[in-house]
Amino acid sequence: MFRLARFLKAYKKQVILGPVFKLTEAIFELIVPLVMASIIDVGIKGRDVGYVLKMGGLMIALGAVGLICALICQYFASIASQGFGTTLRNRLFMHINRFSHAEVDRFGTPSLITRLTNDVNQLQYAVAMLIRLVVRAPFLAIGAVVMAVSIDWKLSVILLIAMPVIVLVLYLVMSRTVPLYRTIQKKLDRISLISRENLSGVRVIRAFSKQQSEKKRFADASEDLADTSVRVGKISALLNPVTYVIMNLGIVAIVWFGGYRVQEGGMTQGEIIAFVNYMTQILLALIVVANLVITFTKAAASAARVNEVLDTQPSVKDQTKEPVVLSQEKEIPKIQFDRVTFYYGYNDSKKEGFPQDRPAEEAALEDISITIQPGQTVGIIGGTGSGKSTFVNLIPRFYDVQKGGVLVDGVDVRHYPLSQLRGKIGMVPQRAVLFAGTIESNMRWGKKNATEEEIRRALTIAQALDFVDKLPEGIHAPVAQEGKNFSGGQRQRLTIARALVGAPEILILDDSASALDFATDAALRRAIRKETKGMTVLIVSQRASTIRDADQIVVMDDGKAVGIGTHEQLMERCEVYREICLSQLSAEEAAR
Amino acid sequence: MKKSVLKRLMQFVRPYRGFLIGALISAILSIALTLLGPVLVGDAIDYIVDQHHVDFPSIARILIILCVSIGVGAVFQWLLSLCTNTAAYRTVRDIRVQTFDKINETPLRYIDGTPHGDLINRLVNDIDFIADGLLQGLTQLFTGIATIVGTLLFMLSVNPLITLVVVLVTPLSLFVASFIAKRSHKMFREQSKTQGEIGGYIEEMLGNQKVIKTFSHEEEAQQEFEKINARLYRCGQKAQFYSSLSNPSTRFVNGVVYAAVGIIGAITAINGRLSVGQLSCFLTYANQYTKPFNEVTGVITQLQMAFASAQRVFAVLDAESEQPDSPEAVELQHVDGQVAIDDVSFSYDPRRRLIERFHLTVSPGQRIAIVGPTGCGKTTLINLLMRFYDVDKGEIRVDGVPIRHATRDSLRRQFGMVLQETWLYSATVRDNIAYGKPDATLDQVVAAAKAAHAHSFIKRLPDGYDTVISEDGGNLSQGQKQLLCIARVMLCDPPMLILDEATSSIDTRTEQRIQKAFNKMMQGRTSFIVAHRLSTIKEADVIVVMNNGSIVEMGNHRHLLQKGGFYANLYNSQFAEQERNYTVS
Repeated sequence: MFRLARFLKAYKKQVILGPVFKLTEAIFELIVPLVMASIIDVGIKGRDVGYVLKMGGLMIALGAVGLICALICQYFASIASQGFGTTLRNRLFMHINRFSHAEVDRFGTPSLITRLTNDVNQLQYAVAMLIRLVVRAPFLAIGAVVMAVSIDWKLSVILLIAMPVIVLVLYLVMSRTVPLYRTIQKKLDRISLISRENLSGVRVIRAFSKQQSEKKRFADASEDLADTSVRVGKISALLNPVTYVIMNLGIVAIVWFGGYRVQEGGMTQGEIIAFVNYMTQILLALIVVANLVITFTKAAASAARVNEVLDTQPSVKDQTKEPVVLSQEKEIPKIQFDRVTFYYGYNDSKKEGFPQDRPAEEAALEDISITIQPGQTVGIIGGTGSGKSTFVNLIPRFYDVQKGGVLVDGVDVRHYPLSQLRGKIGMVPQRAVLFAGTIESNMRWGKKNATEEEIRRALTIAQALDFVDKLPEGIHAPVAQEGKNFSGGQRQRLTIARALVGAPEILILDDSASALDFATDAALRRAIRKETKGMTVLIVSQRASTIRDADQIVVMDDGKAVGIGTHEQLMERCEVYREICLSQLSAEEAAR
Repeated sequence: MKKSVLKRLMQFVRPYRGFLIGALISAILSIALTLLGPVLVGDAIDYIVDQHHVDFPSIARILIILCVSIGVGAVFQWLLSLCTNTAAYRTVRDIRVQTFDKINETPLRYIDGTPHGDLINRLVNDIDFIADGLLQGLTQLFTGIATIVGTLLFMLSVNPLITLVVVLVTPLSLFVASFIAKRSHKMFREQSKTQGEIGGYIEEMLGNQKVIKTFSHEEEAQQEFEKINARLYRCGQKAQFYSSLSNPSTRFVNGVVYAAVGIIGAITAINGRLSVGQLSCFLTYANQYTKPFNEVTGVITQLQMAFASAQRVFAVLDAESEQPDSPEAVELQHVDGQVAIDDVSFSYDPRRRLIERFHLTVSPGQRIAIVGPTGCGKTTLINLLMRFYDVDKGEIRVDGVPIRHATRDSLRRQFGMVLQETWLYSATVRDNIAYGKPDATLDQVVAAAKAAHAHSFIKRLPDGYDTVISEDGGNLSQGQKQLLCIARVMLCDPPMLILDEATSSIDTRTEQRIQKAFNKMMQGRTSFIVAHRLSTIKEADVIVVMNNGSIVEMGNHRHLLQKGGFYANLYNSQFAEQERNYTVS
């Protein structure tokens, strides 16, 4: 947790001065009962109204100065804690941005989001508490004891006994309830899980007429939650009455033994009242301390989760910032896989704390070699999990290979600065996602200063201009988050256009036309071939018809390239390919 | 509006009103006893006057009473929390279960038309807010009011003048508290809005990191993030500062009250009209009296939130329910599978016509393929067959029985349905396969899995058939999930089948195997298949070509190709290009 303190460096002044001001307020607060005691013992006993007024005025003045100190402290605390949170968030976001897919896969996106939001908030809150209370509460508790001892050390034995007892009670109750609260959270998660399942599966549930059993499942989960909540309630309900009893028994003891002290002449009446006050103060302070302990326990857990992210080094890193100067030879192949072998999770095998990511035992890609010439169209086909996507993901260096090498323009991808390498590539992922904004703003992702003409050209090739022009706002039409206001097919066409705007040298379509009907799919491929001379195109698909006239077809099976060649060659030589084709095309079509 | 919300909430609380009354009584008693404490302590202190002037027997008497009152007070404090806890959590459970049941009874139109996140939010968070509101609201309202009234009464009985001082200063505390609450509330709203914004941005950027990386967009993302983050800092800092003002400010007001009571009390004591013990009692009250005011202001905000949440939950409860099956509805038994769609019209939105005057007659055992461009009404037809939606006009008959006159459950049991979007629930593989037939034996489950070609991968899962599937089958591939869905239907062995793009997410080699299983399953069963793969379509007995909600062509593959219409066009566009290439070469 303390390693994160470096993010507080910029707020050194606030972090030191805040507690100092808070301390001043607390000191004043401790003095007030003393002043009151002297009002009683000197003012009332001596019938001195002037003294009473003077001392009363002093109390109000102490309160006012205390207020100002407290406000200054709160101000410092808000600046330091929010500043800390903001800096940490920026830093984390930057760090996560540098992650390669291996790291993102490992944490999982939802987990990263929680760490970046909830965990940072938790830490931010802890910093505020640190400045505001960490000094004040223990100080008040200890201060009250010190004041009491200075008034009468014999009577203060009562406080010294009561204090540990209260601490013990707080500890006993909280150590039982805190884990139970975690259980409650889990049960609540289950409620939302069942709700989510029921909404997304409503058709299936109704098709199987399972409404009644689903209702029962939910009612059981609710009952379970209610039971646990009531149980936790029963335990935590003990906290107040028990501390109340201890505190009041302490007061009883103070009055009784205080009576003896006064009888002996060791104390005055007013001092007894002050003692009673200190007793109350100690209880309040201890409750605050207990809450602080909870806050910091939570913060420590958050800190561990945040540190885990910060400690993870991206496996794919720029090894150079210097752009690679490419030789001008004509004969260099555009893309080359040279005996590439790749395992998922391999880079993290040394890291502990992630038992689930043992490096995969089987290679995702094994000993793959292929040469792709500029301007070629290459189709990649194969079953689910055969390694098609992995294959194309290695080209923009989303992952680093373990054996062999991937070369673009004759240079190993690891020798490029990432921005230069990825600038050559336009990639359309499987999941068609757009970003909140307008169509135009999405199109400019590929090229910031693209002209409207360039955008329209890309839309035309991607078969998207027709429906875009039908929108009232045209290319300025708004896009909702994830592009949810467009249909799957429209989204796919827009993501293809987005990749085309930058006129990339290499275009990768990762099964990105699956939502298009055959006619549009065919028109799209025709347009790409006609309009983008010289562009190297890689098409991942499950449809044989989509890739069958590619210059080269790579047939993937279980991480191996079981066939590379043209349609005709593969029909002859490659069993897997023939099987795929025959399942999709009629025999005569396949043979044609 | 608000009143009716309260009334409805009270209806939910009613079964637990015993707890509520218990809470009220406990609150009054525990507060009364709590307030008695300082009076007794004050009385006892009065017997400690000076050296050699301490009246021990009297002190002992008072202290014994004090001990008893502390004990009894503590018990009632405990009972108070217990009663409110139980009442609140049980009430909330009832609301939750009832809301969930309601959602299960609403027509699909409602569920399709409401964002799921919104409904889940209501079921989980909103109802939790109600719990908090009820719990905190009830406890603090009861104790707060009892404390204020009790303190006033006690103080009045001791000394009216000082009571007056306390009462006069109180509004100051209230004013300060409400001023701060108002200011900080505005800031908090701003803050939570920005927080939502930053959360959304993070989700968008992290969720689509592949795209960000492909376009080397990291710099821009960082800049945009820092911009939102800076805004969050500004309003977060203000919100935190303003809200943190309330503690010191009320402490100050309390200090003023304390000092005022001290001064006036001391002067009164000098004049001999107040004992020192009474003054000490007043001082304690002065501390206690202002607190509930601050708490009550807080409670009001919380209650407002709870009311707003309750309103949103009640809106769900008020949604229209699916029309229940009529008492005369027929219970369909294992049907032959003759389906007649007779002059059916339907649209989701009255302004946009979708299916118009649709006719189709299907003989038992026929295989019907439905093809057409996206949005042409293919899936809608299935919604109507399953009675997820009711037709606007016309009639659908199964074995001659109008489905409107059959019970929904019995109708739906006649169909086995496999959709493009797979759905599994968080339970074991076995439970998922046996979903439609919970009493199936393991042998039956395994047989169904084998028939669906799922057995081999299930065996390889860590716990085989007892492997727990995480939410939405996250630990399985899309294809594996679909195989489980198919096994689920295979186990039920229904007389009719609906396959809505069921194999589109499965790779072709697996599909080939499943297709064999399907073909076997489809034998003798009326089947409706929505598909875009030609191989599936070509073997159908009847191909229904839809466009814009109505049938444009119908017939078998050969027949339709010869006709040279819409279907032939669709078919040719797919292969025309290849043919051209091959004629050239």
